Amino acid sequence: MADVVARDLRFPARRGQVSLQKFARRKSAIAFYMALPLILVVACLVIYPALYSVHLATLNKSMTKFVGFGNFEFLFRRNTFWMVVEQSVMFAVTAVIFKAVVGFVVAHFVHNLPAQGQRKWRGMLLIPWVIPPAMSTLAWLWLFDPSYSAFNWILVHLGLPQVAWLGNPYWARFCVILVNVWVGSPFFMIMYLAALKSVPEQLHEAAAIDGANWFQKIWYINLPMMRNIIQITALFSQIVTFANCDIVKILTNGGPVDQTHVFATWAFTLAIWGNDIPLGASVALFMAPILAIAAFFILRNVNRRGNEA
Amino acid sequence: MTAAAEATAGRIGRVRYGSISRGRRKALFWSYFFLILFVIFFLAPPVYMFITSLKSSAEISAATNPWWVWHPTFSNYIDLLSQNQYLVFFRNSAVVSICVVAITMVISILAAFSLARMRFWGSATLATGVFLTYLIPAELLFIPLFKTFAFIHDKTGIELINHWWVLIILYPTLTVPFATWLMIGYFSSIPKELDEAALIDGAGYIQMLTRIFIPVAIPGIIAAMIFTFTVSWANFIYPLAFTTSADQLVLPVGIVTTLIRGDVYAWGQIMTGALLGAAPPLIIYAFLMDYYISGLTAGATKG
Repeated sequence: MADVVARDLRFPARRGQVSLQKFARRKSAIAFYMALPLILVVACLVIYPALYSVHLATLNKSMTKFVGFGNFEFLFRRNTFWMVVEQSVMFAVTAVIFKAVVGFVVAHFVHNLPAQGQRKWRGMLLIPWVIPPAMSTLAWLWLFDPSYSAFNWILVHLGLPQVAWLGNPYWARFCVILVNVWVGSPFFMIMYLAALKSVPEQLHEAAAIDGANWFQKIWYINLPMMRNIIQITALFSQIVTFANCDIVKILTNGGPVDQTHVFATWAFTLAIWGNDIPLGASVALFMAPILAIAAFFILRNVNRRGNEA
Repeated sequence: MTAAAEATAGRIGRVRYGSISRGRRKALFWSYFFLILFVIFFLAPPVYMFITSLKSSAEISAATNPWWVWHPTFSNYIDLLSQNQYLVFFRNSAVVSICVVAITMVISILAAFSLARMRFWGSATLATGVFLTYLIPAELLFIPLFKTFAFIHDKTGIELINHWWVLIILYPTLTVPFATWLMIGYFSSIPKELDEAALIDGAGYIQMLTRIFIPVAIPGIIAAMIFTFTVSWANFIYPLAFTTSADQLVLPVGIVTTLIRGDVYAWGQIMTGALLGAAPPLIIYAFLMDYYISGLTAGATKG
């Protein structure tokens, strides 16, 4: 590098320009080689499979014949498919709304505490997010156990009727959402807490002088100031929740009578256990439009956030 | 000033008089009250895991208070840790996670340096593309990957399905885009003057990366490593789809598939296994919480 610079100084005229061009070319070549492993990983293990799944979705079960939209026509005629669509959408939307609300509320409570105590509380509240979801879902499965449910023990001692948590379709749907909210809301809490810290304290003081109560402070100051973070976090979470698989898989495995299946678990059941890979790929593809829409808005928000900074 | 206005002013004055500290104390009280409720909700499952892990199977099936241990015993821990099978799961998980962390960090630091600083034709598009691929979930990719691996087996005879090490190839699909995205952010925040100074002193690009960027971005690198480790330790769908025989499983799938035999649930052992399996991420979190949180808020991790 040093000799390139030196040569540039010695020949500031035409030849200098040439070597500068060479220098730039070499720099971009090095940059390209450094990024090459990333490009290979992304191309071979993400882009290729994503495109391949579109191709797979157009084959018949033994993957010997092109059937065009045959798999989709077959799916559209099945009641289970529409049930899965309904459950996936309901699950993802409800879970994200509750995660956002719980995260928002808890973030405000933590923010209210004296600064030196916040770390401890934040540390405790983030634990559900740190435990691998498969492990914590097992704990929930045990809490919902039909004969030894620890929740039912509490309910009985409070004089309330027992609940068949995972046996009843409606309660099973509730449980799946509850566990998802439990796992995901600490993430929202951390994001919203960080956003709350960036709201200038003067705004709250000015509002207090004008006689605003706590609700008005949240509604007219915190919410607008945090809008961008709230949107990005919710969209991110929407993607992951929509594609979520492990909670449903462990907790109910789609049951009772396929009432809690979401796209990911149903695709898994069809493709890996049912040995119908094209049908499973077609089901999994239904996640793509939602992902694309969310990704579009996230990208727009991230860019806007970048321009503001 | 009219009487009405005076009255309003007087009322506000009366309400505000001496009420600020009282109001704040009340707000603090309710904050603590609700936070305790939320902590109970958030910590109940792990605490219950721990309680159950200390119980014998006789006590688990007894009709006593499930939230208390009457005769604590470590038999579940001893049984599980003297079982070869569980230790194999643990070893598989540990080797996979450590390899994935190493591979991911090498790929993503090199790529992030080149994308954040050096630029080449199409590098801006590539950076956006990395972000987009980070949004593609594993649940969409496992079916085509499964089929591709079967195809590779048919063509070349290399068996890729049902081996634990295949996860080392699969997990980078999740971790590399994310770690690169995080590192691009950290590298872009390093002032340009630093690399200009290094260039003038005659440093090459590799030296610039190893002597300046990596040391300055250490907090970011630690955060990215923690997340890569956590993701590869916790992933469930890839091992569930790609590994089946008992000696090839990693922890999450191993606990779910081998400790649940038919309809017989050995709950004491399952809870012990899950708790021990959750221990490594929890320990890392306990010691490196600040890095963890800075990574969370910087990268907008999946959640």
